[in-house]
Amino acid sequence: MELFLFGLFALGAAGGALAVVFSQNVVRMAFYLVISLGCTAGLFFMLGADFVGATQLLIYVGGTVVLLIFGVMLTATGPYLSIRTSSGDLIQAVVVGGAFLAMLILTVMQVDWSGYSAKLAAAHGASSMERAGYTDPADGNTSRSLGLALLGTRPDQDLGSERAGELSTGYLLPFEIVSVHLLVVLVGAAYLARAKRKLTRVET
Amino acid sequence: MSTVGLNGYLAVAAVLFVCGVICMATKRNGIGVLMGGELVLNGANINFVAFSKYGTLGLDGQIASLFVIVLAAAEAAVALAIALNFYNNHLTIDVDRADELKG
Amino acid sequence: MTPAVVGTTISEYLQQADWGPLPLDAQWAVAVAAIIHIALLGAFFGLPAFVFIWAERKVSDRIQDRLGPTRVGGKFGWLQSLADGIKLIQKEDLAPEAADKMLFRVAPYIVVIASFAAFLVLPFSDGWTALALDAGLFIALALLSLEVLGIILAGYSSGSKWSLFGGMREAAQMVSYEIPLGLTAVIPVTIAGSMNLGEIGALQRGWFVNWFVFRDPFTFLAFFVFFTVTLASNKRAPFDLAEAESELVGGFHTEYSGMRWSFFFLAEYASMWFVSALAVILFLGGWWTGLGSLDAAIANNIHGFAAQLLGFVVLTTKAGILVCVQIWIRWTLPRLRIDQVMMTCLKYLVPISCALFLGAVIWSLVLPGRVFFGTQPGLGERAVFVVAQGDATDSSGLAVAPSADATRVATVVAESEGVQ
Repeated sequence: MELFLFGLFALGAAGGALAVVFSQNVVRMAFYLVISLGCTAGLFFMLGADFVGATQLLIYVGGTVVLLIFGVMLTATGPYLSIRTSSGDLIQAVVVGGAFLAMLILTVMQVDWSGYSAKLAAAHGASSMERAGYTDPADGNTSRSLGLALLGTRPDQDLGSERAGELSTGYLLPFEIVSVHLLVVLVGAAYLARAKRKLTRVET
Repeated sequence: MSTVGLNGYLAVAAVLFVCGVICMATKRNGIGVLMGGELVLNGANINFVAFSKYGTLGLDGQIASLFVIVLAAAEAAVALAIALNFYNNHLTIDVDRADELKG
Repeated sequence: MTPAVVGTTISEYLQQADWGPLPLDAQWAVAVAAIIHIALLGAFFGLPAFVFIWAERKVSDRIQDRLGPTRVGGKFGWLQSLADGIKLIQKEDLAPEAADKMLFRVAPYIVVIASFAAFLVLPFSDGWTALALDAGLFIALALLSLEVLGIILAGYSSGSKWSLFGGMREAAQMVSYEIPLGLTAVIPVTIAGSMNLGEIGALQRGWFVNWFVFRDPFTFLAFFVFFTVTLASNKRAPFDLAEAESELVGGFHTEYSGMRWSFFFLAEYASMWFVSALAVILFLGGWWTGLGSLDAAIANNIHGFAAQLLGFVVLTTKAGILVCVQIWIRWTLPRLRIDQVMMTCLKYLVPISCALFLGAVIWSLVLPGRVFFGTQPGLGERAVFVVAQGDATDSSGLAVAPSADATRVATVVAESEGVQ
């Protein structure tokens, strides 16, 4: 069952990504991107990251792709504009990309991941998921832990820890920085994209 | 095997990443290039979350992917504003036309 | 999946029972339970559309001083929606010449999928949730935001300028109104301390003064802002520019006919009911009747399935009343222009919802517990986070560890029982 669901989502994500590469119509590319991002959110849900999956749906699919489609419509000079890449370029890119993909996958397949985590655990102590007294975040209930981590406390690491007096740092500073960053981006993008006088089209 | 291991997720992430890179490299439409960028970031996100479950990252992987999502959205907004400016100046979104700094 | 049906979940029952093909393997039990849930939700999904399209026609016709459907199914035309459905199914499936055929066909499906998926996290009664997720409200809002995509694709791929304008206006409106929606929906989350809709509903047990809408003035106003914002995000009047029949022919659904057109409206009415149910769970007490002695009498005398069914009926009734209010507003108020719609959102509702959020949070900090209507049992405690050192476990009163959620809610329930 898990294999079936994973196969479905993986096929959707990878297939959508391939369709984005090979499609020539930019609105269809946006649609295939939606499929790919939606299946990625499904993969997140399967990995027990409910909050991250919901964020992916809300922000990527519901926000970023909508933004991209608006961009497509504001920059289209004709209906369903397609600017074609030359086939030579495409074939070259696919060959190089395919080689890179093969290299990545072969490298990944050759690492012994379970042995690796056992070695890390032996060297640095058990990870947060094996600490006593804390529910495994892999069962999906990550909202509270994520919220607390973003506030600067790490109960998943500090609960039942033997290092008395030492608290782990959370992610409060990056959280604040990202908030300011978003404000800057909001102001900047609004300024950059303000209505200006457009060049009138000259028929040549 | 009845359960999917880490390798499956990493493979999917690699496919997404490579497709994103090919998109960024070959698309002539500026918005297409942006879509490639989004695919790259998604591939990296899948990696983060997969390691958070199967590796030793724990919660850190999920927090990292949250930040990636937020920053990717911000970057898409600014990149789109730049693309709109480009379109206003050149009346086309074809990135091959952006060769005025070519020297 | 953890819905409780008379004490055990469906998948657990399938693994333990002993007749016919049962007991099933764990994997197959979960799969069959999932199919049962989807079938139930799918059957329920069409009901709001069926009932409220009829209700809309009747209510609007009474407001306009005429009769409405009176022929199909008796004097009140109750089966009018069925007749409409049959008519729409047998219509020809057209697509315009200039349309992008694949996207034209796919767009209604996206809208319906988004609208239907949100039902997965809605608690229909105490313990009746298809997916009782910790981030339930967040997932519901995320899925509702996917509808925009279907609208945009429908508008763009129809190949007609009415559709394009309608789709663009609609997308701008729906995306902008997600901001105040998120801000006002978070206020009950800060009160309840959880995004799990089942928990939020369970905490409003007892007399109706326990409802979150009566907790502090900011939450009271937040309910009205939430309701207004959901009107906008469902493209209901006075925010219904996308379908403004007097301006844009049909807006984004101009070129659609037959079943595809009806998908948009199926999704719209189901979403209307869904956001009303969300408002009821977040602010208006969920599936509790609001009369403390009645609830206590029910809990003491009727057990198990019948009590949950009663809760389901109460929730559906309350959500139905809110939908009727939405219909009433539609036929009373004139339509806003697109610039007025955007101005309302960005210049008025966003600052107002920010102020309400700030106010509600500061109120909870400065005046913990409940000021009006006396203290509410259970919610007066604050989750105090203590970093235990040494070999402390989660049983040391840490209300923030996930495994203590169940005990916290149980404590709340026990205390409220004790007070009454």
